[in-house]
Amino acid sequence: MRLFRNTNIPFVRVRYVAYVISAILILAGIFAFITKGLNWSIDFTSGVAAKVSLKALDETIPKVRIAELRSVLKNNGFPEAEIQHIGEPDNSSFMIKIKSKTDEADVSSETKNRILEILTQNFSKYVEGRNLSTEVIEEIYVVGPKVGAELRTQAMLAVIISLVLMIIYIWFRFELTFGVMAIVALFHDVMIIVGIFALTGKEITIQIIAALLTIVGYSINDTIVIFDRIREDLKVHRKDPIPVIFNRSINQTLGRTTITAGTTLMTALALFFFGGTVLHDFAFAMCLGIFFGTYSSIFVASNLVLDAYAVTHKEKQAIQHLTKKK
Amino acid sequence: MKKFSWRGLVIIAFMLVTVFFLAPLMIKNLPAWWASRKLNLGLDLKGGMQILLEVDTSELTAGEIDGAVKNNIEIIRNRIDQFGVAEPSIQKLGEKRIMVQLPGVKDHLAAENLVQKTAMLEFKLVAPNEEAERVVAQIDQNISMNLQSFPKLAELDRKDRALADSLKVASDTLGTKDGIFKSFISRGEVDYLVQVENVRLMQSLIADSLFARVVPMGYQVSLGKADLEAVKADRSLYILKSAVEMSGTDISRARVDFGSATSTDPRTANKPYVSLEMKREGARKFERVTNDNVGKRLAIVLDDVVYSAPNIQERIAGGRAQITGRFTTSEANELAILLNSKNLDAPIRPISTTIIGATLGTDSIRSGTKAGIIGLIAVILFMIVYYKVAGLIADFVLVFNIGFILSVLTMFGATLTLPGIAGIILTIGMAVDANVLVFERIREELDAGKTPRSAVDAGYKRAIITIWDANITTLIAAAVLYNFGSGPIRGFAITLAIGIIGSMFCALIFVRTILDNFVLVGNKKNLSI
Repeated sequence: MRLFRNTNIPFVRVRYVAYVISAILILAGIFAFITKGLNWSIDFTSGVAAKVSLKALDETIPKVRIAELRSVLKNNGFPEAEIQHIGEPDNSSFMIKIKSKTDEADVSSETKNRILEILTQNFSKYVEGRNLSTEVIEEIYVVGPKVGAELRTQAMLAVIISLVLMIIYIWFRFELTFGVMAIVALFHDVMIIVGIFALTGKEITIQIIAALLTIVGYSINDTIVIFDRIREDLKVHRKDPIPVIFNRSINQTLGRTTITAGTTLMTALALFFFGGTVLHDFAFAMCLGIFFGTYSSIFVASNLVLDAYAVTHKEKQAIQHLTKKK
Repeated sequence: MKKFSWRGLVIIAFMLVTVFFLAPLMIKNLPAWWASRKLNLGLDLKGGMQILLEVDTSELTAGEIDGAVKNNIEIIRNRIDQFGVAEPSIQKLGEKRIMVQLPGVKDHLAAENLVQKTAMLEFKLVAPNEEAERVVAQIDQNISMNLQSFPKLAELDRKDRALADSLKVASDTLGTKDGIFKSFISRGEVDYLVQVENVRLMQSLIADSLFARVVPMGYQVSLGKADLEAVKADRSLYILKSAVEMSGTDISRARVDFGSATSTDPRTANKPYVSLEMKREGARKFERVTNDNVGKRLAIVLDDVVYSAPNIQERIAGGRAQITGRFTTSEANELAILLNSKNLDAPIRPISTTIIGATLGTDSIRSGTKAGIIGLIAVILFMIVYYKVAGLIADFVLVFNIGFILSVLTMFGATLTLPGIAGIILTIGMAVDANVLVFERIREELDAGKTPRSAVDAGYKRAIITIWDANITTLIAAAVLYNFGSGPIRGFAITLAIGIIGSMFCALIFVRTILDNFVLVGNKKNLSI
């Protein structure tokens, strides 16, 4: 079976359309980022997150409603608590999140104990007869303010360091312009995904940062395969104009690009649909990343290199440099 | 048959490693040395509790920080040993952080309190024998008057009496006549002993505030330290005078010494002992205490557990003292560390805690595995449909690749976490990439009219550079993730890195060997790709 046989899709010619689409996506993301900001998870802001199951043992007791839980927490000094229903409605499982509003130490281990106390006092009917620490509480998570702030800096640093290292590697293997444009394409991917997270208000957790970095690795992997083919084709077809060579290379690698994206997307989708709640957002970010990473590899990265050469009039030099090296 | 190549050897080694480390996961009843090499599951998969602590070093000089953190780790370890958690993990993180993982802990409030409280080191006198006996009798008298307040004891008492009745013997032969408390302690050589099966009950009694009320004023009941090498042994029980004679702040330094073989003192000759130096105030206190209590015993009590109760031989002036006993060197070391712990005055503070219920953990494993299997099947089917026999070979190797990731994780004693599972699942999708690159190239070469054999050779030759370039960049991302990340992220980075290396090996060596030896034998005209 073969999906693409000797295709000749004019990727280079339609590049301005792609640029416009990308610009719209990025601007929408920046707009959302400025107006709504990012929803940093407790990992980064400090606070308490508790997943509790308030399913009564006795069938006759009415189920806990989310409003009830909210008002109880509000009356006990936690008006800012975020409460979500989790899983099947029958389970009566809730996620309670209390983030600290400042970076000061206003949320601590004591808050956790206080919440447990409030729950046992106000929902005694639901808690009775069950082991508090094994059945009622499925998960509790407390992060101090110090860790949160540190993590945010570390996350930024990690992204920057990996980008710089990649530029250096590509520079060493290809040409500086290739390295820079690969990173521009990467930024493009990351900005679009972060923008989507800002737009949807989804939480940025540690897992999302890991997903972003994996995307960075994945997207550049895709881009390099195309760059590699361009370098090779420049040697083989010395007489063809550069845009033609670029377009041919993208077409030649199209099969590989889409198939790898396809298999990786298959597993990311499996994670998304069957991986459980904890991995849900991670898988969501991965799916977005694979999609936009593939898109930018085909439509953005090499086209940007092409335009950069056209602007700087350095084609000849670059070709000499690229074809000389093994 | 072809000559035995290095490639074949490497593949056999690869398969053996995989099988060796995966066997304990699949097969029961392996010999212990083999079965113990099992993949560790992270707390997020097993359920349990994790506490990240920071040692407050604001009042310490740079040189003291390291020691203070080490002492704190030692204290926490001792406390957890007393608490009885299976496979606890206590790690130093960075300069002054301590991570404590307690898998399977049920009572997390108690565990948290235990880990976080500041160590309290005190010196208290041991009540002399007759006095101790009087105290025990008094305790029993008080308990029997309030038996309903101690449901567990009441139940034991009832059982004992029922047993006595059924055997038709006087209840005193069973010890109940003297009282229920006395019935489960016995006189050892020097101290009382609590039988190992009663230790739990005794611990909960001592922690009970009601029990404190039945102990006569001025006394307290404390357990001796558990012997780590003989966990099943009976524990000592001490009746102490509750007055604090000295505290940890009175000590300036403790260290382990080793008595010379020629020493005339039999207590130190050729044996490790702990020598103490006291602060000025402490030295005065110590002189007074030793002077007033010659012949009695002074207990060293840390967090209400008696670590050692040496006899006071004589008045000791000058602020130097030795603690001798039947120590092993490591026990003496531990004691010295404990004695040093308080004067370093470095409190610990929790900076994050995570508690994960066991149900959530098993749910995560189940859904993670399910997602992995579904993803794997999808990729396997796709590869067969798209690349036919070559795809089948890639699939066969892919399964080994996943086994390889798991076995390398086991080999390095790494811990599999939920993000780690996610990393493996993603690797399934990305692992076929190297094969896809090669196969696409081979197809191009076949299109160009080459024979299968030369198409395979050319395909590999061309694709290999691309594969290196593409994978090294992903490895860079994994390395950065590893450096930046804490626990779960690291797990993810490790599985990602191992997956990349494994899949490169699989595509470039394993698949190629199979293609060369089994698909391209003879002068085949067609390659099923």
